[in-house]
Amino acid sequence: MTAVSLGMPRVYHGEGNIFETEAFPKYAAKELTNEQLRANLGFATHKIRTKREHVVGELPDWQGLRTAGSMIKQRVMANLPEYLEMFEKNFTAAGGHVHWARNAEEANQIALDLIRAEGVDEVIKIKSMATAETGLNEYLRENGVEAIETDLAEEIVQLADDRPSHILVPAIHFNRTQIRDIFLKKIDGVSVDLSNDPADLAEASRIRLRDKFLQSKVAVSGVNFGIAETGSLSIVESEGNGRMCLTLPDTLISFMGIEKLLPSFEDFEVFLQLLPRSSTGERMNPYTSLWTGVTPGDGPQNMHVILIDNGRTAVLDDEVGRQALHCIRCSACMNVCPVYERAGGHAYGSTYPGPIGAILSPQLGGIENEYNSSLPFASSLCGACYDACPVKINIPDVLVHLRGKAVDHEKAQGDFKGGKKDPHYQMDAMMFGAKQLFSSGKLMSLAEKGLPMSKLVTGKDHKISKFPGLVGGWTKYRDIPEPPKESFRNWWKKEAPKASRRDSSERVDIQALIEQNKGKVVEAHQQAEQRGQTIAHPAEEKEQ
Amino acid sequence: MRIALFSTCIVDGMYPKVAKATVDILERLGHEVVYPQGQTCCSQMHVNSGYFDDAYPIVKNHVESFEEWDFDVAVAPSGSCVASLGHQQPMIARHGGNEDLAKRAEMLADRTFELSNLLIDVLGITNASEQLGSYFPHHVTFHSSCHGMRLLHLGTRQQDLLRTVEGLEYTQIEDIDQCCGFGGTFSFKNADTSGAMVADKVMHIEKTGASVCAGGDVSCLMNIGGALSRKKSDVRTLHFAEILASTKESPLKIDGPVSLSIAGGK
Amino acid sequence: MSTAKEDILGRIRSSLSDHPSPPEPIRNYRRTSKLSKEATLEMLVDRLIDYKANVFYATEETIAHRIDELLQDASRYVVPVGIKESWLPEDTARRSRIFDAGNLKKAGTLSTRELDSVNAVVTNSTVSCAETGTIFLNTNSDEGRRAITLVPDHHICVVKEDTIVELIPEAFERIDYKRPVTMISGPSATSDIELIRVEGVHGPRTLDVIILQ
Repeated sequence: MTAVSLGMPRVYHGEGNIFETEAFPKYAAKELTNEQLRANLGFATHKIRTKREHVVGELPDWQGLRTAGSMIKQRVMANLPEYLEMFEKNFTAAGGHVHWARNAEEANQIALDLIRAEGVDEVIKIKSMATAETGLNEYLRENGVEAIETDLAEEIVQLADDRPSHILVPAIHFNRTQIRDIFLKKIDGVSVDLSNDPADLAEASRIRLRDKFLQSKVAVSGVNFGIAETGSLSIVESEGNGRMCLTLPDTLISFMGIEKLLPSFEDFEVFLQLLPRSSTGERMNPYTSLWTGVTPGDGPQNMHVILIDNGRTAVLDDEVGRQALHCIRCSACMNVCPVYERAGGHAYGSTYPGPIGAILSPQLGGIENEYNSSLPFASSLCGACYDACPVKINIPDVLVHLRGKAVDHEKAQGDFKGGKKDPHYQMDAMMFGAKQLFSSGKLMSLAEKGLPMSKLVTGKDHKISKFPGLVGGWTKYRDIPEPPKESFRNWWKKEAPKASRRDSSERVDIQALIEQNKGKVVEAHQQAEQRGQTIAHPAEEKEQ
Repeated sequence: MRIALFSTCIVDGMYPKVAKATVDILERLGHEVVYPQGQTCCSQMHVNSGYFDDAYPIVKNHVESFEEWDFDVAVAPSGSCVASLGHQQPMIARHGGNEDLAKRAEMLADRTFELSNLLIDVLGITNASEQLGSYFPHHVTFHSSCHGMRLLHLGTRQQDLLRTVEGLEYTQIEDIDQCCGFGGTFSFKNADTSGAMVADKVMHIEKTGASVCAGGDVSCLMNIGGALSRKKSDVRTLHFAEILASTKESPLKIDGPVSLSIAGGK
Repeated sequence: MSTAKEDILGRIRSSLSDHPSPPEPIRNYRRTSKLSKEATLEMLVDRLIDYKANVFYATEETIAHRIDELLQDASRYVVPVGIKESWLPEDTARRSRIFDAGNLKKAGTLSTRELDSVNAVVTNSTVSCAETGTIFLNTNSDEGRRAITLVPDHHICVVKEDTIVELIPEAFERIDYKRPVTMISGPSATSDIELIRVEGVHGPRTLDVIILQ
């Protein structure tokens, strides 16, 4: 095989942990049976949601910040080559080293070489989505280097040999007793009387990691923001493990997706207001570090940034989908998502769960991937994610756009594995039939006259309780009511008087009417309030 | 005023009584209602399922059907379908390479209103009891459908009209901003997740003690009602138009078996 | 063979072949405060306390006494070389200050192990943002290098009244990005277990803020 015979690929997809591992509906169905997980997730998502709403409500200019954030990110993407080179120049001038990685494997290899050059076989780590994406920890372990996660939740997940299930709170799927049991089993020298009090568990972590912080020579981090104009980097965190990793070791290796840049220091003021409120629901997280290259005598003197593509340029290639690169990894979308709340983070397979994962993973890894193509469908398109997104990523629009790509790809494959029983085949057939029907009111009228639906009804219940094929998914949880004897269209034809034709000169000025009735929305609400019926305030009940 | 009714495919085929109720309300206010017979569907089911090419002739049919008539404003008893007109139809027309159709779809969408939006913002209705004669002496809760809430920004328009209906007792549902799990083909493609969502919705509805859950989109109501029916719950679902159309002279009954057929003639 | 950098930049340019040209960002958010000085101070104090920092007031005359009280029975505490010495209580037989030279390469700079053995740290601060309850350290000579406010378990931080601003953009105007910046909003904390906030993980578990009038 040569490049010539194949032609140059249009885009380069990424590798690593950006793939769904089985079709989302199947994975979710398994997770849904885990009562403990459901309870933990429901509690956590509701709690963060309430906190976020509260602190977002404090800012009178929240929408202005969102708009600025969105526009700044659009600018970054439109001028990405220039900003990347500007960042490289300035970071290098400040004493740092910049490396470029086409994909996950290259990024991991660069990190391993840098670690080996320091002669250590253990590194400490700050929670980082980028290294989770590239599978750095596993790669290092295979090559004889242990990576110690120091963020409490990542530490719990690592000790449990599990995978994170949430961007912000990776151990959200464990409760305190489960965590106590993990600590008792996995931390050497921990007291057998360790309680399940979160404060005691945090103390156990402090004791375990203290020496690691004081001794480690090399730390690995991600990056929240890189500033092109100044060559600065920033990391936001809560526990102080980040500051430990950024301050005490001699060498710092930071993984950074190429989309993480901001043009100027002035832009950082926008994002530092958007991120904490959207993420932890705090006005500001306890610690934010900002540094510009190497500072003599203060912090790591050997500083490396690895700029990673791994499919990001493929995302950028899609004019609708590229807004997924604006993501600042706050996790607000998953906290408000009804699908995430029930299915949990693991069901998305990839490092990136929730609504953002459903649009990011299939673009990073390619919609052609059998299981990634199920992710854009893992949404009821309720739109809560778009409202919550601090940089206004229109996730529902991108989901629909990717569904179109998935269907086009699937159609291009020709025959289906499962023949006529294949769900894709059934879906195609259903959509084809509906298209024929919906393209003409006359056809609709004829079809409705012979409404076959009513003939399906059996029994005295006046409802349909079991349907074959794809629609069986509906009747697994719900009945279908008995269809009416006659459609509206056909009833209207019989009953309604013939309307006279008229021309547009008779038109009423609707805009003038709307102007005239401007205050009516408020008035209607006041009228309703005056009726004084009981209104529960669920938001207050939610705080636990 | 001449108002063109966009019944939506699901109301036309499954819930004709909701279209009839919409007509009743508007005629009670002295308006003329016309029904462009060529209409079928907004194309949302196809668009949201990723079948853009198949959606194209549906969009074209919708725009052309309404262009055949001259009317002042169009109305639909659905937030979701109205949102789809402005939000998706132009995109599908452009996907099909027809910029002219996209523009015409945008113009039509600008003149098409969701029912509560039309009643309050265009027709100035603020009290259903006084201005529409609405009467419904039952305990009601309400499901706020996502697309009306988030794409059309309807706010509390639908609930507000309901709450001014004479005799109606209203209790707000917990987590009112939560999706019921319908989501079109999501409800069977991701049946288990959707089922879990509607189970929670049904639990919250039952907690209110209401005997009716009203809403503004029959698709969501079919989902919720179907889950209630499966639980053998006594709570039934109604479109808010049916409640607004109910009067003392001709009250809407909620006992006896559920029937979706239009009762009697015009 | 082309380098990774050339390849990535080439891929980006190819992906941007539609030449998007988004407009200049609209900055429709607050960049200058309309609050009075008193209200700004009140807001800062409220939000510091909300995030479990302890807040005290002092004047140039009373600050040494205040720090004396806050140090309690600490035996050794570290201060950056640039700290205003009149702020510090007299050393006693039981308690002494240790100056950190501020640069690991210089004599008089504490090792990490030594820092781990002191009980507290006292520093000044550059600017504080009331709206978020955030104190900015900019590694000036009276704030010290980053490690000294990180390793000791108790941080006593002085906030001069005239360094308090309401908004993040106002705070940003007063910091120099060329030196490391640490923004502190309360003591270290975690909410990783059942989202229950626990103050004190790896960073200082006690944050005392002295508002200097």
